[in-house]
Amino acid sequence: MSIVSNHIVNLLEKDIRMDGRKADEFRDIKIEYGISSKSAEGSARVTIGKTEVVAGVKMEVGTPYPDSPDEGTIIANVELLPLSSPEFESGPPGIESIELARSVVDRGLRESGSLDLKKLLIKKGEKSWTILIDVYSVNDDGNLADAVGLAALAAIKDAKFPKYDEKTEKIDYEQKTKKGIELNGLPMPVTVVKINDKYVIDPSLDEEKAMKSRLTVTSIENGSVCALQKGGNEPLTVEDVDMMVELGVKKAKELRKLFK
Amino acid sequence: MGDLKIKDKDIVVPGEILAAGMDFLPSGGAFREGEDIIASQVGVVSIDGRLVKVVPLAIKYIPKRGDMVIGTVEEVTNNGWFVDFGYSNFALIPLRDGSMDYIPKGADLTQYYNYGDYVVANITNVTKSKQVDLSMKGPGLRKLSEGVILKVNPAKVPRIIGKQGSMISMVKTKTDCRIVVGQNGLIWIYGIDPVKEKVAVDTIKMIDEKAHIQGLTDEVSAYLEKKVGGEKRTTVDGKEGEENVQ
Amino acid sequence: MYNKRPDNRKFDELREISAEVSVIPRADGSAMFKIGKTVAIAAVYGPKDLFPRFLRDPKKGILRCNYNMMSFSGSGERIRPGPSRRSKEISFITEKALSPVLDLTDFPGSVVDIFIELIQTDGGTRCAGITAAALALADAGFPMKDLVSAVSIGRIEDKIVVDVSKEEEDYEKGMADIPVAIMPRNGNITLLQMDGLAKPSELKEALKVAKRACEQIYKVQKDALKARYKK
Repeated sequence: MSIVSNHIVNLLEKDIRMDGRKADEFRDIKIEYGISSKSAEGSARVTIGKTEVVAGVKMEVGTPYPDSPDEGTIIANVELLPLSSPEFESGPPGIESIELARSVVDRGLRESGSLDLKKLLIKKGEKSWTILIDVYSVNDDGNLADAVGLAALAAIKDAKFPKYDEKTEKIDYEQKTKKGIELNGLPMPVTVVKINDKYVIDPSLDEEKAMKSRLTVTSIENGSVCALQKGGNEPLTVEDVDMMVELGVKKAKELRKLFK
Repeated sequence: MGDLKIKDKDIVVPGEILAAGMDFLPSGGAFREGEDIIASQVGVVSIDGRLVKVVPLAIKYIPKRGDMVIGTVEEVTNNGWFVDFGYSNFALIPLRDGSMDYIPKGADLTQYYNYGDYVVANITNVTKSKQVDLSMKGPGLRKLSEGVILKVNPAKVPRIIGKQGSMISMVKTKTDCRIVVGQNGLIWIYGIDPVKEKVAVDTIKMIDEKAHIQGLTDEVSAYLEKKVGGEKRTTVDGKEGEENVQ
Repeated sequence: MYNKRPDNRKFDELREISAEVSVIPRADGSAMFKIGKTVAIAAVYGPKDLFPRFLRDPKKGILRCNYNMMSFSGSGERIRPGPSRRSKEISFITEKALSPVLDLTDFPGSVVDIFIELIQTDGGTRCAGITAAALALADAGFPMKDLVSAVSIGRIEDKIVVDVSKEEEDYEKGMADIPVAIMPRNGNITLLQMDGLAKPSELKEALKVAKRACEQIYKVQKDALKARYKK
C-alpha cells in the first residue's frame, strides 16, 4: 500500500479524514439544470467537491421491443473521458464506464419503478419513445459513481419531450413541449467504501485508491433498495453489507433533498 | 531607444509584447523576436534595469542536475529502479547509486525500493536526449514513509520554499510537521498531530494559490498563528537532519 | 442579397464570448470557451511517454489532439458516440493549428495530449475547440510563441459575416464556411479551411475581418488567463 493509503488508514482509525470530513459526510454538492438546453432535451451538471459530471437526454421515436409492445425504452451510456483524468484512456467505453451505466443509471431507474416505461408509448406495438441518457465525466476527484447517478437523474428531471407529428412521423427538435418525463420518486445512489474496517461515504481520489471494497447502494423514498453494486478486490462480510446498506439508505434521504 | 509596454509586477500571457527595442534583454518566460521582447508563459513581470523577466506562474518541470525530486518507483529491474517524477520519461536510480549501503549481487531489489514507493532523490545527470539519472546517496534522500503527498505546479516551488528556506521553515515549525519539497512540484508532509498536519497541507495549498501576491509571507504567518496559536516548538525529529536547505 | 442575420447581429459582430481557465483541476491545464451557444472545454495532459514507440520524435515532443462532440450537444438527433471522419479531421487540423506556437524540444520522444469536448453546439465548433485548447496549453505552463485565436467566417450571398451560427451554416441557398485560426501578435494564419464558393476578393475580405474578430477573442483569452491570478 502506498504511503498515502497507509496514512488514510491510520487517520481513519482516529475517525479523521484528510479533508476534515466525517466518515458519513458528503462534500459540497451542486446541481445545475439545462446546461445544454439548446441541443439536449434535458441536461444537467453535477459537482461533488471538485468532481464534475455532465449528462444529457435525447429522445427518439422507435419501435417497441417485441416482448414489451406497450413500453418505450431507456438507454444509458456513461463515458469516463480521458479529459477528466490521466487514468482514463481514449476509445470506446471501458468496463468501468459500462459498469456505471448499467449498475447505477440503468438499474436505478428501471428497478426503482420510478420511470414508467408504459408512459413512453405512442402506439402499441408500433411506436414508442426511446430515452437516451449520455453521462460524461469532466473532472475526476473521486466518487464519479454518485455524481453519474445524480447527473443522469437531474438530466431526466430537466427533460421535455420535443414535438412529434404522428402523421409525418417526424420529430421537431426545435420545438419543446411542456411535457416532461414522469418520475415517480427519485432513486438515489450512495457509494460506501470500506477502508480497513471503517465505512466511508463520498470517497476522495486518495480514499478510492486506499479502499479495499465498495458498495453502491441505490434506494428509493420508502427506504427500499433498488440496486446494489459491489466493487473492489476484497470480499465483504454479511455485517459489512448490512452496515453499508443502512448507511447508504440513510444518506440517500439527504441527497434526495437536493432535488426538491 | 526602446520602450517598455508593461510595468513591474504586471501579469502577462504568451504572445504579449513586453518591450520594444534592442536595449532590453529577455529572461525567464520571455524571449526576443526581432526588436521585441515577448512573453512565452503566463507570469509576473519583473524589471531589473535592462532585464525584462517573466516569472512564470505555471511551468512544465524540466529536470536539472542537482535538483531534488520526489517520485514513485514504477519499475524494478536488474539495473536499478525506474521512477516516475512527473516528466515525460521515467528516471533511473542505477544500482550503484541506490543506497549508501553496499547492495550485494543477487539481492532482492524490491527490499530497498518497491513498486509504488515514494522516494526523495537527487538528479545526478540529464543527457542531451533527456534521459535522467537519480541518486539516493545523500543527506535527506530516502524512501518516504507514511504521510501526505501534495502536487503543486513546479513554478510555485521557490515561493513555497521561500528565501533561504524561510517560508517552508515557518510552516514546519508552526505545525510541527516534517516536510520535503521536490523541485518537480511534489511535496511530502507528515505530522504526528493530524490536525496540525492538515494546517500544514492547507497552508501550502494557500501559498500555491497566492504565490504571485504581495505580502504573502505575512498572510501565511497570520494564518498559521490563527490555526495553531503561538506555541513554538523545535522540529519534531532530529534524526534526519535538515531537509531541503535551499 | 443577405440583409439581416437571424439574430440581428451586425455582419462583423461576434456573439457573446466568455472563457475560463483551470476548469478541470485534474488536468495539467484546461479551459472553457463559449461563443454564443457553442461551449467547448479542453484539457491538456503531458508531456508523457508516447506509445507505440515508432510514433516518437527523438528531437521533440508531439502534440496529439482529440476532438469530440458529446452525444447530446448537436441540434437535432443524438450524435452516435465515437470518432467520426469529421471528428478525426477536426482533431488533425486542431493539432496543425496549435503546433506552430509550441516548442516541445525539451520533451523529446513524448506526447502532449489535448482533449476537446463540445457540451453544446451552435456553429463554429472547431474554432471554439482550438481557442479553448490554446488557453489550456497556456494554463498548463507550456512555453508558447503566442496564443491562437479562431473564428469561423461566412460568405452568405454577397456578405462576409463574422462568427457563423448553425442557422447561418444551414442557410438554404448555400454559403461558404471559412474557419480561420490566427496567431494574434503577427496575424499569421495557422488554420484556414473553406467549404463552399467564394471569389478571391471575398476571401481577402474574410481574412481581414477574421483578424479583427480574433483580436476580440484574444482579449477574452488574455483576461481569462489573468483572471485566475486576480486576488
